Amino acid sequence: MPDASLSALAAQLAAKQVSSRELAQQYLDRIATLNPAINAFITVDAERTLLEAAAADALIAAGNAGPLTGVPIAHKDIFCTDGWLTTCGSKILHNFVAPYDAHVIQCFKAAGMPSLGKTNMDEFAMGSSNETSYFGAVKNPWNPAYVPGGSSGGAAACVAARMAPAATGTDTGGSIRQPAALCGITGLKPTYGLVSRYGMIAFASSLDQAGPMAPSAEDCALLLNVMTGFDPKDSTSLDREKEDYTRDLDKPLTGLRVGLPREFFAEGLNNEVAAAVDAAVEELKKLGATTVEISLANSKLAIPVYYVLAPAEASSNLSRFDGVRYGYRAPEYTDLNDMYSKTRAQGFGAEVKRRILIGAYVLSHGYYDAYYLQAQKIRRLIADDFNEAFKSCDVILGPTAPGTAFKLGEKSDDPVEMYLNDLYTIPANLAGLPGMSLPCGFDAKGLPIGLQLVGNYFSEAKMLNVAHQYQRATDWHSRQPEGLK
Amino acid sequence: MSLTQDDVKRIARLARIETSDAEALATQAQLNSIFGLIATMQAVDTRGIAPMAHAQEVYQRLREDAVTETDRHAAFQAVAPAVENGLYLVPKVIE
Repeated sequence: MPDASLSALAAQLAAKQVSSRELAQQYLDRIATLNPAINAFITVDAERTLLEAAAADALIAAGNAGPLTGVPIAHKDIFCTDGWLTTCGSKILHNFVAPYDAHVIQCFKAAGMPSLGKTNMDEFAMGSSNETSYFGAVKNPWNPAYVPGGSSGGAAACVAARMAPAATGTDTGGSIRQPAALCGITGLKPTYGLVSRYGMIAFASSLDQAGPMAPSAEDCALLLNVMTGFDPKDSTSLDREKEDYTRDLDKPLTGLRVGLPREFFAEGLNNEVAAAVDAAVEELKKLGATTVEISLANSKLAIPVYYVLAPAEASSNLSRFDGVRYGYRAPEYTDLNDMYSKTRAQGFGAEVKRRILIGAYVLSHGYYDAYYLQAQKIRRLIADDFNEAFKSCDVILGPTAPGTAFKLGEKSDDPVEMYLNDLYTIPANLAGLPGMSLPCGFDAKGLPIGLQLVGNYFSEAKMLNVAHQYQRATDWHSRQPEGLK
Repeated sequence: MSLTQDDVKRIARLARIETSDAEALATQAQLNSIFGLIATMQAVDTRGIAPMAHAQEVYQRLREDAVTETDRHAAFQAVAPAVENGLYLVPKVIE
């Protein structure tokens, strides 16, 4: 069971070899065994999961099953889930039971996919190591002394340990791709606007995008079919025709032009990561691809631009957490302002506070032009570089992160050092382009290495085609941590 | 440029986050190292470049002026820290 792909699980369910309840119970048992050491889940509610699985079994029995009906999935604790604790990894929401479903949750419910629980994450998705969670750090299943990456660290770790066959994540600056890379799984951040943000607790609204995390590209394509689509409740949701993201999986790669941005292979990239990515390029060439050198000259500015724009949007979005309508309220206070200030001081963790302060500062009178407006202008230069690059290539390839997983605590005292992890992932968020990470090897310590693909707008099917063909030729994505099999 | 401890206290007040002097001191050093990173973008000539606020050029949609939501105030207020008679309770703001 832990090795099965989503399509294999769906086939077993359709053939009545296993029921959704039995399948859910098998994963719940695995969670009960493995999660205490990994801490990938904030909330597990076996009773609720089994009820949802029983409903899926009824759909299957009645002949009303969809492609993934009965296959269970874990959801990042950033998605409001009716009746489930939804914390966003924060003390300020430690007691928040959502009264409605996020659109993404509605999609998976409509597909008949039971929820295995809510996965751990960096507080409000702010972090690259999953160490900022109020509910404790997640451990990397490949070596529990190392971080799983973040912010969707619980999602990546639960899939890597096969505690769930798949999970949802969100990506504002790399939060699907970087943990996917560090945990040796496949993750995809779609084109901005393809997946509704309704009910997904907002961090930086112009960058946030939800996506699938699973062992393989084929799994991700199936999940993307479920979670994409127009939603009138998200003002930035794109009204486009539904696509089948599996349609191009089996196409040959003959004639594919792979763009290699020289800035992504420059100083700062770990040698073992560079070697693994180079080897993946050679593999794609064997499959018929050609390479072309491209330049994303302004991408080196992506981190400074991001650390102006994302905190600015966050400082506005997080002003809703005031201890009045939901969540934590400080026990003692003198007046309304004191209640706000104490609630927020006690309810938010250090990294979230830092980002709110940066945001408040760059938006304040006298600094707006120098910071916020300048960052928005450079954002356009970064997006223009991609537009130029896609004139000469079909997909851009590089490393997902500059290195493999680092030790717990190694970077948690130095915010700037932590921020540099997202050097290669942030540019796609700023441009709104789709990006994905897939496993392409291991370092000498046995930790996974991630390969990143960035596609043009709405080219998810093409990226998934490239990733699937690569995964047919290699077996990195099907490797599992020793001892957890 | 670098932030003073007073700057940190001022923005913390703007953001409604209670901050002690000791916390402001520690935060000041971290924020200054982050603003050191951010400062690298000041060297870029962006004259004539239009700011980019969003990845997709979308406009606010209008919908029909019709009631689409049901009254769920009991469910929404069930998660509030303090309510009475359907109202959210906060400390007195008007004497």
